[in-house]
Amino acid sequence: MGVGIHVEKLNAWYGTTQALHEIGLDMAANHATALIGPSGCGKSTFIRCLNRMHETTPGARVEGKVEIGQLDAYDGISPTLLRRRIGMVFQKPNPFPTMSIYDNVAAGLKLNGYNKRRELDEIVERSLVSSALWEEVKDSIHKKSGASLSGGQQQRLCIARALAVEPEVLLMDEPCSALDPISTGKIEELIFQLKAQYTIVIVTHNMQQAARVAEYTGFFLLGRLVEFDKTEKIFTNPSDKRTEDYITGRFG
Amino acid sequence: MAGSGAKSGPDVRVSPLVGSTDGALRDRLFSYAILICALAVLAILVLIVYELISSSQLSWKAFGWKFFWSHDWDPVNDQFGALPFVYGTLVSSLLALLLAVPLAVGVAVFTTEMCPKWLAAPISFLTELLAAIPSVIYGLWAIFVLVPILRTEVQPFLAKTLGWTGLFTGPPYGIGMLAAGIILAVMIVPIISSITREVLSVVPQQQREAALALGATRWEMIRIGVLRNARAGIVGGVILGLGRALGETMAVTMVIGNRPEIAKSLFAPGYTMASVLANEFSEATGDLYLSALIEIGLALFVVTILVNALARFMVWSVTRGQPARGHA
Amino acid sequence: MVSLRGAMPEKNKQLEISLWRRLKDHFATLFAITTVVLVLAPLIAIFGYLVFKGIGSINFAFLTQTPKPPGEIGGGMANAIAGSVLILAIASLLGVPLGIGAGIYLSEFGRNRVGDMIRFVSDVLNGVPSIVIGIVAYAIVVLRQKHFSALAGGVALAIMMIPTIARTTEEMLLLVPNAYREAAYGLGVPRWRTTLSIVLRTATSGVITGVMLAFARVAGETAPLLFTAFGNQFWNWKLDEPTAALPLQIFTYAISPYDDWHRQAWAGALVLIVLIVGAVSAVRFVVRRGTLGAA
Repeated sequence: MGVGIHVEKLNAWYGTTQALHEIGLDMAANHATALIGPSGCGKSTFIRCLNRMHETTPGARVEGKVEIGQLDAYDGISPTLLRRRIGMVFQKPNPFPTMSIYDNVAAGLKLNGYNKRRELDEIVERSLVSSALWEEVKDSIHKKSGASLSGGQQQRLCIARALAVEPEVLLMDEPCSALDPISTGKIEELIFQLKAQYTIVIVTHNMQQAARVAEYTGFFLLGRLVEFDKTEKIFTNPSDKRTEDYITGRFG
Repeated sequence: MAGSGAKSGPDVRVSPLVGSTDGALRDRLFSYAILICALAVLAILVLIVYELISSSQLSWKAFGWKFFWSHDWDPVNDQFGALPFVYGTLVSSLLALLLAVPLAVGVAVFTTEMCPKWLAAPISFLTELLAAIPSVIYGLWAIFVLVPILRTEVQPFLAKTLGWTGLFTGPPYGIGMLAAGIILAVMIVPIISSITREVLSVVPQQQREAALALGATRWEMIRIGVLRNARAGIVGGVILGLGRALGETMAVTMVIGNRPEIAKSLFAPGYTMASVLANEFSEATGDLYLSALIEIGLALFVVTILVNALARFMVWSVTRGQPARGHA
Repeated sequence: MVSLRGAMPEKNKQLEISLWRRLKDHFATLFAITTVVLVLAPLIAIFGYLVFKGIGSINFAFLTQTPKPPGEIGGGMANAIAGSVLILAIASLLGVPLGIGAGIYLSEFGRNRVGDMIRFVSDVLNGVPSIVIGIVAYAIVVLRQKHFSALAGGVALAIMMIPTIARTTEEMLLLVPNAYREAAYGLGVPRWRTTLSIVLRTATSGVITGVMLAFARVAGETAPLLFTAFGNQFWNWKLDEPTAALPLQIFTYAISPYDDWHRQAWAGALVLIVLIVGAVSAVRFVVRRGTLGAA
């Protein structure tokens, strides 16, 4: 079951450059929220603030409030523990090259001290099923390395890896931008199914994708959240002129 | 508690990682352990400097700067002057450079500019192999192969043709400064060659094309378009080779004759700073003797560090971050 | 070497490549080829002589016996080979963990001024003559213990290994794409575990390459052992007594006046070079295979 995300007065910096200005929004549990905007608008920075990945960049700084369900992300929990409750899928698939498919999926558990073999077997299978990869690899999960799969399969492997730790939220940073259309289609289908159990936040520069998978959409521009509403409204009748300009392709 | 994560309906799923620790303590321990390893590197340098300086104090107080230009090395009477060793080190190293630089640059130019692509990798590999041969094996070969050749063929020839210069006079022992210079040259060719190759491959292709477009022959293209650009780096490589030659011990010790004398002829035996350390250190009786030797070690240390630092700076200023063209 | 004489008769003097320039070009090529020959000749000569003079003397006796008293024929270098193994083991035990640790620091924690300083010091240390390292090891171990020892020899070689291993480890770790670190952090894996199980694990073959190259380099070193391990004509397995080493033995025999010892010096040299070149070539082979694969 996913949880809702509440963001209030979020500011973020890379060194002295401010990347996010006073962002505030609420993302609904068990729904998918898409974040769109032109390059450099801060949508990736924003999503990385949700699981405190932004801090891993030297010189980066965050101020504001982020609540994942009941949990205050920046107060009272270490980033490491927080990130175990939130799954992240990156733009370029990054399965660990020295590990088998099985070990990749189990990585989030094994590397964090969970070693029960039988439970792991179950979890790995379940995660691969959830990410629609099980049928394709079930005979070789121990033999093949994560890197030997195709791009689309690798990304589904990364999704399985993220799901294995049973997160409440799944963050996806342009997960399909490095993939071919068929793989993209498969993953979009996946997101549709995963919504039932997880809260999904997906950054995308593909507006059609946002329209296809997300109930809510937020439009970012120059580090500010310009508009946030139901996807349908954003794409048919946006309130802000800047949103309309972006949607209609006047810039971007 | 570790759940099996059963999804039953719209329900709470428990992550298997509930209750796990965030490893903050282990993170801290790990950082400290790693830091200690890094500080070990600093500690080594500090240790070297400290030991060299403190143990050479006795000799320094006794002789001062005179130590380096007195040529009176007399352990029996506690008189220590290091000039013969300084002279030997400089002469053998410079002779080595004179012989090695044309060879090394020639090989580098050949492999990067002239030879067919399939030949470049094997030649580079073989040249690198020269660098893998231990010094003592160079010395072994030098004693039993190089020296006899010098004694019977090369030195008489040089004495006959160039004896008038005063550099090739005296009995042709074979053993001596010339042998040391030659074997050192062979040993430093690989390093000069590999640095030269690196800086040559960084020269942008447009430079070569520009020269060729002006109608240059291949050699002119190399001279104007490549070597001129890589000059600073090549000099850096040469200085690095010098640094290596200054500190080279075993091969030199085995063929230089180990006589603390200063002579003009290259046929004469000599002695280098590294060699006197190798030969006399374990037999040094008396604190002043040992201290004098350690002072020589200190001087060697300082000189090689300065030379290497200068060399690296020059190479860095040319290659500055640019990746080398792919060659073996 | 185009002559445009036919094309533009008036300007041909300037555009034609003169004989002199063509000669210089040919001479340059000839010179370059000559240098290659002159450089490769000693290489071939050295290996040739090693095999020619050494192969006959490598037999079971040579590899299993200790030296006979000076002047007597026969005996072997078994104790020297064993001594080298002992000293190298000590050196590796000290040098490899510290070197890799320093490399991890430089790559993962040291992208800052402190790291730059350590990097610089590492490079400086790589240029220190090995005999000077021997002096320092003498001062810190031999003088304190009042006798030569395998430990002192091991310390000297470890000091030589650490900066080399640190820099090659750093280089290999930096090659690991940041995407893998990010994936691990995203899963909530703590930094220490990420560094060891993901970063170091991915760079393993490269790190091992660096270690083996450092190992091969110190395996042939004689100077730092001259007054630390000192050498020994007999077996020694104790850490705190003078110990024989293959390079040391070769040196002692080569400069001795005995013909039989000269013969054995060649044999010992052949054994040493086979071990070292074998290690270097194997490493190069593995690296080439490795880089065709992942990363």
